[in-house]
Amino acid sequence: MRDMSWAWIVTVVGLIVVAATDRSVAAEPSAEERGLAIATEADRRESGYGDSTASLRMVLRNKQGQTSERELRIRTLETENDGTKSLCIFDTPADVKGTILLTHTHKEAEDDQWLFLPALRRIRRIAAQNKSGSFMGSEFSYEDIAAQELAKYTYRWLGDEVYDGNDCYVIERTPVDKANSGYSRQVAWLDKEHYRTWKVDYYDRKNERLKTLTFQGYRKYVDRFWRAGQMDMVNHQTGKSTTLNWSDFTFGTGLKEIDFDRHSLTLLR
Amino acid sequence: MHIRTWAAALAIGMSAWAVAGAGELSGWIAVEGRGFLNDPLHRGQERDNASIAAQPEYYHTWENGSSFTFVPFGRLDSADSRRTHADIRELNYMYRQDNWFFRVGVGKVFWGATEFVHLVDIINQTDLIEHIDGEDKLGQPMAEFSISPSWGTIDFFLLPYFRERTFPGRRGRLRTSRVVDLDDVIYESSSKENNIDVALRYSNTFGGADFGVYVFRGTSRDPLLATPDLVPPELIDPEDLDDYKLIPFYEQINQFGADLQYASGNWLWKLEAYWRNGYFQDYFAATGGFEYTLVGVGGSNADMGLLCEYAYNDRDDGGQTIFQNDLFFGVRLSPNDAASTHLLAGFAQDTERSENAVSVEASRRFGANWRLILDAWFFLDTASGSVLNELRRDDFARLELAYYF
Repeated sequence: MRDMSWAWIVTVVGLIVVAATDRSVAAEPSAEERGLAIATEADRRESGYGDSTASLRMVLRNKQGQTSERELRIRTLETENDGTKSLCIFDTPADVKGTILLTHTHKEAEDDQWLFLPALRRIRRIAAQNKSGSFMGSEFSYEDIAAQELAKYTYRWLGDEVYDGNDCYVIERTPVDKANSGYSRQVAWLDKEHYRTWKVDYYDRKNERLKTLTFQGYRKYVDRFWRAGQMDMVNHQTGKSTTLNWSDFTFGTGLKEIDFDRHSLTLLR
Repeated sequence: MHIRTWAAALAIGMSAWAVAGAGELSGWIAVEGRGFLNDPLHRGQERDNASIAAQPEYYHTWENGSSFTFVPFGRLDSADSRRTHADIRELNYMYRQDNWFFRVGVGKVFWGATEFVHLVDIINQTDLIEHIDGEDKLGQPMAEFSISPSWGTIDFFLLPYFRERTFPGRRGRLRTSRVVDLDDVIYESSSKENNIDVALRYSNTFGGADFGVYVFRGTSRDPLLATPDLVPPELIDPEDLDDYKLIPFYEQINQFGADLQYASGNWLWKLEAYWRNGYFQDYFAATGGFEYTLVGVGGSNADMGLLCEYAYNDRDDGGQTIFQNDLFFGVRLSPNDAASTHLLAGFAQDTERSENAVSVEASRRFGANWRLILDAWFFLDTASGSVLNELRRDDFARLELAYYF
């Protein structure tokens, strides 16, 4: 009797194991699994740069085609276990010269953000949970500008497509914290060879296409990291657009955590 | 010969300066007009005024981590000769290494968190004649040493020279009926303005919270304004005083202060408090509140901040402290447009006296270099015997056009 039951158990367990193994080997990964795998690989290729600096020129265009410009310097530092630290230092327009935005993104926790106002030598913390607001009057919101933390979205693979001569994966990103995002979802085109993003469609909360971001002028730095020289964000609903021109990318500049400390804001130029 | 030697030395020095690092010049120049709704209340005051001001800034940095900053300031005013004034806002040399720096010269430091009342900010004196909001500061001579180990930041300040607060003159608006006497200033310290003040501050960040605590020992930045009959006779001979003026009295204080900002979700909580031990009494003051930010109001690009703060002060000074028990409500509006338009409106209500006031501050950029600033203050209701009551006819609107370079 006792032997009998052991035999039964072994058989049942064996069948379950075989079934499970069979499933994982033979069945296609789900669209969600593929989406996550693509995003994870893109994130892996993006990691490990340590620190970088760059210059950024923003050109804002309204519906009538009038433009205004901003120039800023960006400094970025990867931290070992928790997100990215970044500084945006404004050089123009002249009335905001010396204004600095400091952001500590976290893999899962709420991000920390501070604004330094040079006229008053004052550091103001920003209650930054809601990231849908415009960055400096541009068509980029804070969530478009901030470092993309993998865990802050769920993913779905939508298919493969040739975009601008590149064989691309098309994946959908859905924000985990829906209440504080301006988007219901994003659809991104990443090339299969280097996992570089070429295009992103942003859908508003009513699931209508709001904005499209396109990338061009990719260059490889330190033999590994691809950076686009130009990004164009077009708002389909307002007709406004913003172009970002990136230059002077430098990696391994020796920036340290202390340079991204709140207290250091008063010392930077 | 001498001149040529000097010229050569200067040329070598300047080229060494230029080669060794990078310098840059920026700053602003502005014209301002202030219009008052009513005729003046006090004798001698002019009704409106116009002025021109400039604040260039030269900054030079070297590869070795040191930098030099020079920020002079000057204003020419049509009405008040005291408002025609100049100051060195900053003139300092800083040397910085990884986690420490020192700075010597004239500097500017801000401590604090709240929007309406700035309680704990104590290093720099207020240039009150510039603006009634008290946010303009005079340059403070200092030696600062700062170190940031892994457990926070420690700042030490040695402040060897005291700056007196500026006050409107006889022809200026926004003053009490008695003009503040700037010739017969009284100090508790026998070293007067040469008293050496010290401050030590510790600050740190934990998650969503930034906080700082400090101790200050030295000359109080807030003078007590006394009519000559109330000035302690042991400090000055009453015969020397002008009867119809207010005498500023700068006491020696020990002050323990703290400030906190805490962000969570779309809420930002703010708190400032100090305990002060002075010449007449020990007292406590605090201010705190919140700002709640609504992002994308009404489906637009605009952000709206709703502010509520409360200020408390238990100093017994015959009503000189304007904010003793007051509530503040404010709205901050940022349309996030290309012109960086900003608007901040505030309403202050005294909870004990029937006093209230409204302020509005708005600005936007024109082109790449111009900014237009409008601000207006209305003293709606004032109680007799208070400082605000003396400003009851001083409702004004100020328009400023500034060119930034």
